[in-house]
Amino acid sequence: MLGRLSWAAIPTNEPLPLISGAVVGLIILAVLLLITVKGWWPYLWREWITSVDHKRIGVMYTALGLVMLVRGYSDAIMMRTQQAIAIGDAQGYLPPEHYDQIFSAHGTIMIFFVAMPLVIGLMNFAVPLQLGVRDVAFPVLNSVSFWLTATGALLINMSLVIGNFARTGWMGYPPLSELAFSPDVGVDYYLWSLQISGVGTLLTGINFVTTILKLRAPGMLYMRMPVFCWTALAANLLIVAAFPVLTATFVMLLLDRYLGMHFFTNDGGGNQMMYVNLFWAWGHPEVYILILPAFGIYSEVVATFSGKALFSYRSMVWATLAICILSFMVWLHHFFTMGAGADVNSFFGIMSSIIAVPTGVKVFNWLFTMFRGRIVFKTPMLFSVGFIVTFVIGGLTGVLLAVPPVDFVVHNSAFLVAHFHNVIIGGVVFGALAGVNYWFPKAFGFTLDERWGHASFWCWLIGFYLAFMPLYWLGLLGMTRRLEHIPDPTWRPMLLVAEAGAIIIFCAILCQVAQLYVSIRTRDQRRDLTGDPWDGRTLEWSTTSPPPAYNFAVLPKVETIDAFWHMKRTGRAAPAPAYEAIEIPRNSPAGFVTAFFATIMGFSLIWHIWRLAILGFVAAIIVVLIAAWSIEREEEIPAAELAQMERGS
Amino acid sequence: MTMATTVERTEVPTELARGRGGGGPAPKRVVVAYGFWIFILSDMIMFSALFAAYAVLSGNTAGGPTGADLFNMRSVFIETMCLLLSSYTCGLGVLSAEREQPTLFLVLAILTFALGAAFLFIEVNEFAGMIAKGAGPSRSGFLSSFFTLVGMHGLHVASGLLALIYLVAQVLVQGLRAAVLRRLLCWSLFWHALDIVWVGVFTLVYLMGAYH
Amino acid sequence: MTDNHEHVFEDRTPGVEEHESTATYLSYTVGLGLAILATIGSFVVAQTNLLWPPGIPVGLIVLALAQIGIHLVFFLHLGSSADSTNNILALAFGVLIVFLVITGSVWIIANLNNNMMPMPQ
Repeated sequence: MLGRLSWAAIPTNEPLPLISGAVVGLIILAVLLLITVKGWWPYLWREWITSVDHKRIGVMYTALGLVMLVRGYSDAIMMRTQQAIAIGDAQGYLPPEHYDQIFSAHGTIMIFFVAMPLVIGLMNFAVPLQLGVRDVAFPVLNSVSFWLTATGALLINMSLVIGNFARTGWMGYPPLSELAFSPDVGVDYYLWSLQISGVGTLLTGINFVTTILKLRAPGMLYMRMPVFCWTALAANLLIVAAFPVLTATFVMLLLDRYLGMHFFTNDGGGNQMMYVNLFWAWGHPEVYILILPAFGIYSEVVATFSGKALFSYRSMVWATLAICILSFMVWLHHFFTMGAGADVNSFFGIMSSIIAVPTGVKVFNWLFTMFRGRIVFKTPMLFSVGFIVTFVIGGLTGVLLAVPPVDFVVHNSAFLVAHFHNVIIGGVVFGALAGVNYWFPKAFGFTLDERWGHASFWCWLIGFYLAFMPLYWLGLLGMTRRLEHIPDPTWRPMLLVAEAGAIIIFCAILCQVAQLYVSIRTRDQRRDLTGDPWDGRTLEWSTTSPPPAYNFAVLPKVETIDAFWHMKRTGRAAPAPAYEAIEIPRNSPAGFVTAFFATIMGFSLIWHIWRLAILGFVAAIIVVLIAAWSIEREEEIPAAELAQMERGS
Repeated sequence: MTMATTVERTEVPTELARGRGGGGPAPKRVVVAYGFWIFILSDMIMFSALFAAYAVLSGNTAGGPTGADLFNMRSVFIETMCLLLSSYTCGLGVLSAEREQPTLFLVLAILTFALGAAFLFIEVNEFAGMIAKGAGPSRSGFLSSFFTLVGMHGLHVASGLLALIYLVAQVLVQGLRAAVLRRLLCWSLFWHALDIVWVGVFTLVYLMGAYH
Repeated sequence: MTDNHEHVFEDRTPGVEEHESTATYLSYTVGLGLAILATIGSFVVAQTNLLWPPGIPVGLIVLALAQIGIHLVFFLHLGSSADSTNNILALAFGVLIVFLVITGSVWIIANLNNNMMPMPQ
């Protein structure tokens, strides 16, 4: 009746997951209790859970990403500690089958449930405001996207206390991920969690491509769009192009595991290399999906805090589009060593080197933007400068890895681990933190505390370098990735430095928590009363902080790049508009309820509870059909009421 | 979303017109259809990954039957004609809906459904026959990729038929309003796209598989 | 919601003919006829020696691409006017990715398969 689910699924003999699960469970319970006692449920349901407002959804995505950062970090510190201790004769505190789950969960969570939500959250919040419109093209789908992502995050966290997670690494290569070698629920947790959230991400891609291409304020030609919107367009085009490949690949692995097919099995004519090939055909565009919006954030931040227009807007746009197209022509560099011939390897090696060129163009553009600007070192600008230095180093090691003979030496070593953390932390995380600090006042009406922001930046920077520079060296010395036990005692000093770096990163996270706490407590002293705390250049700064639900009572008329800057300079920032009635989309519970049933379906499929799985699936479809039946999904705000709301703000 | 702008249409310079995107937010019909077009392209990319898997695994018969052993060209031809004709009736159906001809639309919708159902019927029979012969999807890599590629297409057809029932019900209850017309348009895009995928399937899987 | 003034400034809806006329019924019927011809052509080419045998796969691919083009033009009304630019660009992007995924995978896997050790007998 309950498939293969039984009481044995709870890890009573493993203290670490049990205790951490209990602690998290208690925290969740306490939060739920607090909300109930304070009577906040109606507010939460009305204003957040059923919201289809891109600003609210953006905040929820970002919050999800930041919370999951703590979970991903705890996996990281456990691994660092194990590697700092288990050297030579010492065995450490983590058995191999546990360590394997930790590095698998760490990678999966950081990519899919930290980096993606942060980037998508910031795009959600800022893009419609920057385009001068009221919302994305499909607001209800937007809500569905968020809640399906949350479903995936929930499932992966459930694997900690009910059953186990995959032991295959975050890529899930067969034959290890096939039934023969991973018969338990771990790989199924991985596959279903990512398939379900993948649907949400694909819908986001469709939503944003349509929004950016079809919904912009009057007069906003393509070459007048903010650069962040261009990078968002490129990233979402990549989502639309790449995620279907991942979906198909996971379908094939699921069919192998559930119906005994032979796509990637050892026997029956399977070909495991095809999995690796298809996985990375998705996987490489994925990293560009993460970095391109970050590049866009840096473009906005650097221009704003240098008090200058971005240097060479055109080349920025072309570089972005070039990266978008090229990112689909390099994926083999993730498996140079799998045995392809020199012709294939050199083609992809050359393409991988070429893709560094447009990125270089962008770096020079940022530097030239800063040159002779009046630079203000607010927190977002600190992260941007830190990014430029750090990302260039990571990019250089990437170009090294793009050379196949070099890659043959350092593939899957700690050198590789250092490289990708270098570009992801230096690029994506710093960008997300810059974006959060930059747009926080717009979202909540008060700025974040600068001192704690600076403290978190320095801890991130120093912590990152200490944690990962030793890994470059260790990789060259021969240390491979994913080691649960360190054979060579001469590596100990480097590993201890790395451990110190990881602890300093923990301090960075603590600083961020402190920043949030202090900022909320002293918010009245840092209210953003003008809506434009940074003397910004783009349209989001022309609204109040926070903006009304409809963003703009009258859509702005755009005449140049940096539309708001131009409006301020020519005294047209506050025209006397004539109001007309507008429509805004109604809230909808469709997203939350669909995701609820999707969670039931996913959990049941993992544990082979077939009837419940079918029930969950059918219920989710029914919810979609019911929600789709109503075609009047908007409510009208009449002109008089609009005028009153605008005067009151 | 409607635009609340005070710009007189005739004042907008021509540079803002015609695909350069300066005319403000597009009307709902364009937005919805474009979004659905992007979705269809993403679906095509998903199929391309399955095609790639088939191309790579089509020779991995693991000592079992090959395409030439299993495929029945007559039923493939009939299937193909059914799906093609249903694309035709679908197109005519959209035309009749846009011209406010509900009876004609209903007839064409039923025809489209019947032809699509005929396609599925033939395909299910083919699959059942193959499985009964021991040539099911777990027999070899070739058969796994065959059943998944062709079966995924069949699942899309089946979903399309269920969606058609839902949309016809919506037409009957809510009439041929703008929002319903938008959805019919999207459905027809989907249906034509499935026929395009089938062109790829019968060419690369059946014709090339049976004879080369 | 859409008045004719706005039509001048909007992109074309994918799948919709620009001007309603009886010519559209003709468009679908012509498309059907051509598609039937292409289909029959494919079956004939595959099953007979009308084409030089080593060239049959190429012939089949050409006919398939032609039929896809027929569908795009006559059923999906993808034209060459300026209003269709967004739709065509999206299609081109999709076609590029499909091409890269399929040919890239086939090239890579064929290369890898060639370098595999022979299976033990």
